[in-house]
Amino acid sequence: MVDNAEFDDIPGTTVFTAQRSHQGFHLNQFCMSLKNASNRERFKRDERTYLDEWPMTEAQKQAVLARDYNAMIALGGNIYFLAKIFATDGQSFQIAAASMTDMSVEDYAAMMLHGGRSPDGVRSKRDGN
Amino acid sequence: MARITAGVTTSHVPAIGAAFDRGDDQSDYWAPLFAGYEWSKKWIAAERPDVIVLVYNDHATAFSLECIPTFAIGCADEFPVADEGFGPRPVPNVMGHSELACHIAQSLILDEFDMTIMNQMEVDHGLTVPLSLMFGRVDAWPVRVVPIAVNVVQYPPPTGERCFKLGQAIRRAVQSFDEDLNVQVWGTGGMSHQLQGPRAGLINQPFDQAFLEKMNTDPSSLRAITHLEYVREAGSEGIELVMWLIMRGALHANCQELHRFYHVPASNTAVGHLILESPQDDGS
Repeated sequence: MVDNAEFDDIPGTTVFTAQRSHQGFHLNQFCMSLKNASNRERFKRDERTYLDEWPMTEAQKQAVLARDYNAMIALGGNIYFLAKIFATDGQSFQIAAASMTDMSVEDYAAMMLHGGRSPDGVRSKRDGN
Repeated sequence: MARITAGVTTSHVPAIGAAFDRGDDQSDYWAPLFAGYEWSKKWIAAERPDVIVLVYNDHATAFSLECIPTFAIGCADEFPVADEGFGPRPVPNVMGHSELACHIAQSLILDEFDMTIMNQMEVDHGLTVPLSLMFGRVDAWPVRVVPIAVNVVQYPPPTGERCFKLGQAIRRAVQSFDEDLNVQVWGTGGMSHQLQGPRAGLINQPFDQAFLEKMNTDPSSLRAITHLEYVREAGSEGIELVMWLIMRGALHANCQELHRFYHVPASNTAVGHLILESPQDDGS
């Protein structure tokens, strides 16, 4: 049996395993459809109607509507697929990344300019380092 | 005989492509990043490689979750530039070298690397941003490209050890191609970055600096880095660094480092860039 428990020891991080890929398949397929400009237009015109064309769970649809990227990831979304959503919104990767942290966009941008988030303290929950 | 003359590594952050495309590359934010490639552009203009074996990862562009090849090789004559959700980048299509690509594909499979063969494939920023960084603004890319796409989207990517060995097999494949070609191998992606979750924004400069140093001087130690260590130390997307080891495996054991550049940040990412010259005696 494959054991990925050691990855759960890393704080604030979700590793996109085959199981999560299975769970999030339709959510990620919806994202993939946004590669097409006409699909982006249809989605922007009526998000709910467009989402209802996909066999996603209601929780996945609500997470998309709320642009709650942490919730989408918890429901099987993968960041490279979810990137099609914020690209459709005309939003940068930095703004989307900041939204997943407990920081404001401005504070996150300042952190990156000052060398990014240090790994110290966020390597391992168990070891607290 | 085809010869591998050099290896290049570089990060391939999409925001770099976006800044380049909107002419923002001389702004206060981006100018220091692009300055790190000025020497490289002059160097490659003098080197004039015929073909680049370009190792990169697809970002939900050519490959959805319907099919996830660990290693894929592009054998087409031409690779269109993809719309990744914000319209295609305004850069030329990428011209392949199907003869060399088919030869490499066959050689790798008989050498026990079970490649997926792509006779049609769109390419994304993972492949085109390194080309823009190295060649600047062009009407046509002055080189042909054999794309090697590596899965780093769904866990697990191939191990660093496996990637290094694939690089060695690429070296054998290129060297058995019966045409005088100047071939470079590029490894792209990295360095430390995490794009998701509450730990987003992670950058580990000591890890990156050590990795850059050891690429030339002690690559065998890099082959042993586990996926767990990459994610802990370099962030969930820092695991892309396994692709650099394909480039390193394809080069001579004793290379000369010609250029090194490191810059933080490009959006969420630490940018690293190396040029290694590979001697032409048969050391491997």
